[in-house]
Amino acid sequence: MHSIVQAALAAATVGLAGAALAQGSTMDEIAKYREMLADGNPAELLEAKGEELWKKARGPKNASLEQCDMGLGPGKLEGAYAQLPRYFADTKKVMDAESRVVHCMVSLQGFTQEEATKNWFSKPGRDSDIEALVTYIGARSNGEKINVPARHPEEARMAKIGEHIFYRRSGPQDFSCAICHGQEGKRIRLQELGNLTTQAGAGTAMGNWPSYRVSQGAVWTMQRRLIDCMRQARWPEPKYLSDSVIALEVFLQKTASGTVMQTPGIKR
Amino acid sequence: MTRTIARLALAAAGLALLPGLAQAQKNAPHNDIAAQAEQVFRSSFRADNPKYWMTRLDQDEAMRLCSQYRDNPPPKMRAQIEKAQMATIRYPVEGKLIGDWKEGEKLAAVGTGGHIGFIQPDPPGRLRGGNCYACHQLAKKEVAYGTIGPSLQHFGKLRGNSDEIIKYTYDKIYNSNAFSACTNMPRFGLHSWLTPEQISHIVAFLVDPESPVNKD
Ligand code: HEC
Ligand code: HEC
Repeated sequence: MHSIVQAALAAATVGLAGAALAQGSTMDEIAKYREMLADGNPAELLEAKGEELWKKARGPKNASLEQCDMGLGPGKLEGAYAQLPRYFADTKKVMDAESRVVHCMVSLQGFTQEEATKNWFSKPGRDSDIEALVTYIGARSNGEKINVPARHPEEARMAKIGEHIFYRRSGPQDFSCAICHGQEGKRIRLQELGNLTTQAGAGTAMGNWPSYRVSQGAVWTMQRRLIDCMRQARWPEPKYLSDSVIALEVFLQKTASGTVMQTPGIKR
Repeated sequence: MTRTIARLALAAAGLALLPGLAQAQKNAPHNDIAAQAEQVFRSSFRADNPKYWMTRLDQDEAMRLCSQYRDNPPPKMRAQIEKAQMATIRYPVEGKLIGDWKEGEKLAAVGTGGHIGFIQPDPPGRLRGGNCYACHQLAKKEVAYGTIGPSLQHFGKLRGNSDEIIKYTYDKIYNSNAFSACTNMPRFGLHSWLTPEQISHIVAFLVDPESPVNKD
C-alpha cells in the first residue's frame, strides 16, 4: 500500500517539478496535487525516520537525543517547536530548532559541529538527518499555537535585528524581504507571497514548516526556506544557523504568535 | 546601577555571540540596534565568499535611506533621492532610446541570472533578463504574471509613443527611483543589470504599436 502511494507520488513529482512549476504552473495543478496527497504527505515518512534517529544511540558517545532540551526541559518535545527560537541559558544564545538539535548532537552524542551539519539539507541521493529530526520535532507541535513573545532581552534584541534585516535593501535588484513579503495579496509570477508583517500573514508563512516542497521533491526546514529567499534576492547565502537567519525567525515567529501550527506541511 | 549591570551582561552576551566583533563593540559602546543588526548580518556569511559577492550587501545612499524609512521617506528626502537618481541615467551611445520589440519581449520574460552562492548558483554566462513578468502583466498571452507592480498591458496604446513617453519609459527602467523613491522596482540600468541597448529593446516592447503588449 505504502509503495503504491510512493510510486504515485514519485510520478506526480516528476511531472510537476522543474521548469513548469518553477515558472508557476496553474493553481489547479497544485490543488489536484494536494488532494492526491491528502492522506499521504511524504513528510510523514521523514517524520518517522526522525523519530527513529531521535531515539537511537548514535555518535562517539553512543547516546540518543532523548535527553535533548529543546526549551521545555530534557526530552520534552510536545509544543517545543512552536516556542522557538528562544534564549538558552546553557549556551547563552538565542537558538532555533535546528541550531538546538545540532547543539544536542554535539553535546550529547559527541559529533563535531562539522559532522552534525554536513548534510543539513538533502539532495537526490543524499539524505539529511537534520531534516528528519526537525520534521519529527516540528510535528510534536502540530495543532499548537506559535508562542514566541521574545521577552528575554536577548530575544527582544534578536527580534529587532530580524526586523531590521527584513527591511534592509541591497544587491543588484535592490531587494529586501519586505518588497516581496510586505503587502497584502501580491504575487511574483503566480506564487502568492503573503504579508509577513501581519499576524495572519506570518502565521500562514511560518506555521506549516518543515514542509514537503512539491517543486523540490523534498522536505525543507525554515533555515533552508529563508536561505533560499536570500538567494532569490541575489544576495550571497548566509551560513547555516547564522544569527541573521535566527533573528529573522524570531521576528517572524513573534509576529505569527497566536496562530496555530499545521506541520509537517505541503507547499509548492 | 542595575542598568549598568544589565548593560554589561548584555554586552557580554553580545561579545559571546560575535567574537570577531569585539573590537567594533568596544569602539562604539552605545551601539543602537541598527548598528548591531548590521554587524550580525555582515558576520553571517562564509569567510571564503568571493569579494564581489559580498559587495552585494553594500548599500548606496538610496538603499540606506529606503531601508531606514521602510520605503516611505519624508517628502523632502524623497525629492532629494529622486533628483540624485535622475542624475545617474546614461543613454545608448547612438542615442536611440527605442530598439527592437522582439528582443525586448525575450528580455522581459527572462527571470534567470545573477543567482550566486554555493547551493544553487546560476551557471556562468546564464542569460540575465529584466524579469518584468515577475511583477507586471504585459502581453496578454502570458498569464503567469506577478502583481507587485501595476499592469502594463496596452502601455503604448494608453500612453502613446511620443518622444516624451519613450524617454520616460527608458528612464523608468534605467532607474525606477528617479520617479518614485524607494519603489519596489529594481534599478536595472544603474546596476548594469541591463545594458542601455537592452533597455531600448524593452522600451520598444512596451510602446511599439506592433508589440504584443499593445496589439492584442
Ligand atoms: C524576490 C522575491 C522574494 C524575496 C526578496 C524574498 N522572498 Fe521569501 N518567498 C518568495 C517566494 C517566491 C516564496 C515561495 C512562495 C511559493 O512557493 O508559493 C517565498 C517564501 C517565503 C516564506 C515561506 C512562506 C510560506 O507561505 O510558506 C518565508 C517565511 C519567506 N519567504 C521569508 C522571506 C524572508 C525573511 C526574506 C528576506 C530575507 C524573503 N523571504 C525574501 C519570494 C521572496
Ligand atoms: C520586483 C518587482 C518589479 C520588477 C521586477 C519590475 N517592476 Fe516595473 N514597477 C514595479 C512597481 C512596484 C511599480 C510601481 C511603482 C513605480 O512607479 O515605481 C513599477 C512601475 C513600472 C513602470 C511605470 C508604470 C507607469 O504607469 O508609469 C514601468 C514602465 C515599469 N514598471 C516597467 C518595468 C519593466 C519594463 C520591467 C522589466 C525590465 C519591470 N518594470 C520590472 C515593480 C517591478
